[in-house]
Amino acid sequence: MSMQPERNDDDLKALSAALHERFDPVVDEAVPERLSRAARPPLRRYALAAGWVAVGLAVGILAGWQIHGARIPAVAQQDPGAIARRAAIAHATYSPEVRHPVEVGADQEAHLVAWLSKRLGASIRAPHLDDVGYTLIGGRLLPPSDGNGRPVAQFMYQCKQGTRVTLYVRTDVRGNEETAFRYSSEGKVRVFYWIDRSHGYAISSADVGKDTLQSVATAVYKQLNP
Amino acid sequence: MVGNDQIQAVIPRLRRYARALTGERIAADDLVQDTLERAWRKLHLFRAGTDLRAWLFTVMHNVYVNQVRASKLRYSDDASIEELALREPDADGLVVRDLDRALLALPPDQREVVLLVALEDMSYEEAARTLEIPIGTVMSRLSRAREKLRGLMQGLPQGGHLRVVKT
Repeated sequence: MSMQPERNDDDLKALSAALHERFDPVVDEAVPERLSRAARPPLRRYALAAGWVAVGLAVGILAGWQIHGARIPAVAQQDPGAIARRAAIAHATYSPEVRHPVEVGADQEAHLVAWLSKRLGASIRAPHLDDVGYTLIGGRLLPPSDGNGRPVAQFMYQCKQGTRVTLYVRTDVRGNEETAFRYSSEGKVRVFYWIDRSHGYAISSADVGKDTLQSVATAVYKQLNP
Repeated sequence: MVGNDQIQAVIPRLRRYARALTGERIAADDLVQDTLERAWRKLHLFRAGTDLRAWLFTVMHNVYVNQVRASKLRYSDDASIEELALREPDADGLVVRDLDRALLALPPDQREVVLLVALEDMSYEEAARTLEIPIGTVMSRLSRAREKLRGLMQGLPQGGHLRVVKT
């Protein structure tokens, strides 16, 4: 390779001037809204809200101590980590199934969603995750997490390579709490989970990395909170 | 802690580079959006106190390489571009179309180097860091790109007066 700096520098300067003249106007264009939005932290608004909920909860607990001198029972019932453990167990149980991974297939999606909504006592949806490479294969009903709770739903998704992720949905969370995304590693199963008032969500997989799982979780969150 | 404002401030530069890189408005903004989303996911890899703009260009480079590979084009393809018949420049200057066409005819790896150096005004060292390649590779890619663009550059007036052609 021969470098001829002096002669070439003129060429480069001319090219540089031409490129600036051609593309500098882009800098002055109005930035499209979708890009401004993408520049914001994905869960900032949500985290902020969760922060205030936490402050409110702390104030409530303090007030509870002072006024009644007793613990507020609802707090003890909220163990958000419990949802991650149950979701991981359900994932590990059903996702390896070859013949019966789901009770109702995605070919009957409307029926599946209506049935699960009825059994869970609240309207739920099966998010579509095709944009992040996962297709709904169906869902099933799971037993309640305790004797007083409602049944739970599990939706299963699969990518082209055959890896599966499951979405675990509870509608009986007490305490009206909200949390930001949380991550938990339950044995071989990775779980992102969050609580949104009475609904608890957990997205689990044993086969995909944390980053991929987080992008799936973000896609679920976006669809449930448009 | 990196703020939203600092990232917002870099968007116009990212858009300019992406536009030149992809040659198309929508594809360019898609590339910027993918870059911003990836940047938030990878933010823990950004070292505080270093240049955020340079880091975002590196993120964009990685996203771009993945896109090129997914599209089955070759990122680094030194096939001849002689079939690219550059028109003789018009008497009153080069037309914009020729610049766009010549850029897009370069293999993506060379196009990146040309744009980082000549449009983003990066030093060879900064370009090397951004693309995560040795500085010698930057120089050789630039040199090969210059060879290919020679015909184009000979037609460039020194002041770079381009004429926009309405088509």
